[in-house]
Parts: sequence; structure tokens; C-alpha cells
Amino acid sequence: MKLTYTQALITILVVVLGTMITRVLPFLLLRGSRSNSPFINYLSKVLPYSAIGFLVVFCLKDVSLGPPTFAGPEIISIVTIVVLHYWKENTLLSIGLGTALYMVLVQLVFV
Amino acid sequence: MSEKTKALWSAFPYTIPVLTGYMFLGIAFGLLLNSKGYGPGWAFFMSLLTFAGSAQYLAISFLSSAFNPLYAFLMTLIVNARHIFYGISMLNKYKDTGKKKPYLIFGLTDETFSIVCSAKAPKGVDQTWFMFFVTLLDHIYWVSGSLIGSLLGSVVSLNTQGLDFVLTALFTVIFVDQWKAQKNHLPALIGVFCSLACLLIFGPDSFIIPSMAAILLALGLTQRINDVDSKAVEEVA
Repeated sequence: MKLTYTQALITILVVVLGTMITRVLPFLLLRGSRSNSPFINYLSKVLPYSAIGFLVVFCLKDVSLGPPTFAGPEIISIVTIVVLHYWKENTLLSIGLGTALYMVLVQLVFV
Repeated sequence: MSEKTKALWSAFPYTIPVLTGYMFLGIAFGLLLNSKGYGPGWAFFMSLLTFAGSAQYLAISFLSSAFNPLYAFLMTLIVNARHIFYGISMLNKYKDTGKKKPYLIFGLTDETFSIVCSAKAPKGVDQTWFMFFVTLLDHIYWVSGSLIGSLLGSVVSLNTQGLDFVLTALFTVIFVDQWKAQKNHLPALIGVFCSLACLLIFGPDSFIIPSMAAILLALGLTQRINDVDSKAVEEVA
């Protein structure tokens, strides 16, 4: 543990609180007629797609495109996952194999 | 069979993919958390109270770096901001769920949402109890997986370098699923390219808020195109 007991507890509590806010907020704010706003309606349809695209980029934000690995493990693993999932549509297989491949690449190949 | 038992048994088959996914991701979470020095008790309570995979994976990085609760709070809000849109989509379905409503809202994860927004309870099964059991089963899978991973972590020592890639893999898989299910790829492309552009311009430590703003702006500007597309799809369907 890098943090003290109290610091860890506070960190977890703010994560719980932050998560609950994002889940409760729409139900608190959009009661009655406000739930019928055309823009909210539109956003609720398209934003889930944009959000996942953002999250893929977010996960890769600290990857360096330069030496020594030139993002090799990330590129190879993601291409594998996309192809495999497009083809087989087996969530567990895609996630499992993709992660295993990445672990092998960073532990044994791109050392 | 009582009303509850019927709802439980009809909900279970829908949650089998989540069972496998949450076991895998939960075990990976428990292992990873354990590798940073936080044992089963931490894993159990984090999963019980947070019940949000991506936020919990992020929390591992908060727990293994310098103490910064404000940063942790803001990052959690940002990563989980997508829940707001799940909430908006469930406003009507969750309207008359009575005493179960707080728990249904608490447990509205990506995976739970994907089931409750599309699946209808079979005939003779109460829809509210059905949605309640989907949420509860998913919650149980997630907590169990985390606990198992954490317990394994204290027995065997594995080289976990690269295990955190499981989160990237999860989002990539969801991205591909959504891509295949949608005819209009503009919202997905907006998400990727606005974030990439902001990452290049603002750098990894401050690109999140600009990305969200850019995405909202781009979605606003393309509303006409996207709306036309979704209407066209509805008419065909």
C-alpha cells in the first residue's frame, strides 16, 4: 500500500461518491417535462457511441509512439481484438486473448 | 413459483454473458488491486459500494500513486459521465419501480444497462422484479469475481504486468459491438477523433475536459445529420 489507511479510505469514498453522482444526476435533474427536451433526447441516442470511442483513446493516453516499443504491443493487441471480435463476436474470447497477447508482448517480446 | 422466483429465473439467462465477463474482469481487478498491496477486504468493499469497473480500475492507479482525492473525484466523474446518458435513457422505464428504484439506479452499469434497456420480462413476469434481479445478479458476479481474484492474488504470485490492458480490451470490444449494431458511425468516429486530436494538442494530463467539450460540440453541430440517420433507420426497421 502506497497510501495510509485513511488516505486509501478517502480515495475510495470519493470514487464511490463520484460514481453515484453520475448515476443519480439524470433522475434528479430530469424530472417531469425536462425529460422531453429534444437535445437531451438526441444526446441520449448518440453520446454512448462517442463515449466509448473516447474511452478507448483514454486508456491509451500514456502510450509512447517513440522508442523503444513504438506502441507495438498496443497496436498489435488492439488490431487483433478488433479483427477477432468483428469475426467471432465472443466478448470473453476477444478480451481474454487480447489481454493475454498484450501480456506476452510486454513481458517477453518487447522487453 | 412465487413472483420473485419466477423473475429471478427469467432474469438469469440474460445475465450469463455478464457472469463470464464480470468474473474475468472482477478477478483481474482483484489480482491487480492485490498486487498493489490492497487485500480481499478492500476488493470486497470497493466492488460492493462502487460497482463500476472502469472507475475501479482507475481507482487502482489512484491508490498506487500520490494522495490526491480531488483528482480522483474529478477523474471518476469524467470516466463515469457516460452513466448520465444511461440514466436519461432509463427515465421512463424506471419511473414506476417504487422502492427498488434507488437500487436500480445505483446498479446501472454499462452491462446492466445493455440488458435492462433492451430485454423485456417474459409474459407473467413482473418487469420491475426482472430488472431488479438483472441488477442484483450482475452485482453479485462483480463482487464475487473481485473477491476471488483478490484471494488468488494472496496465494499465487503471478507476473501481472500488462493485465491492466483488460480495460482497453473491454472498451475496444464494446466499440466493435456498437460499430456493428449502428449504421451511422459518425458519433463513434466523433468520439475517437475528437479525443485523439485533444490528446495530441493538450497532452495526456489535460485532454479529458477539452475532449468532452469537443465531442459535445461536434455532436451538436452534426445533430441534423445524425437525427436524419436515426430516423431513416427507424423507418426501415
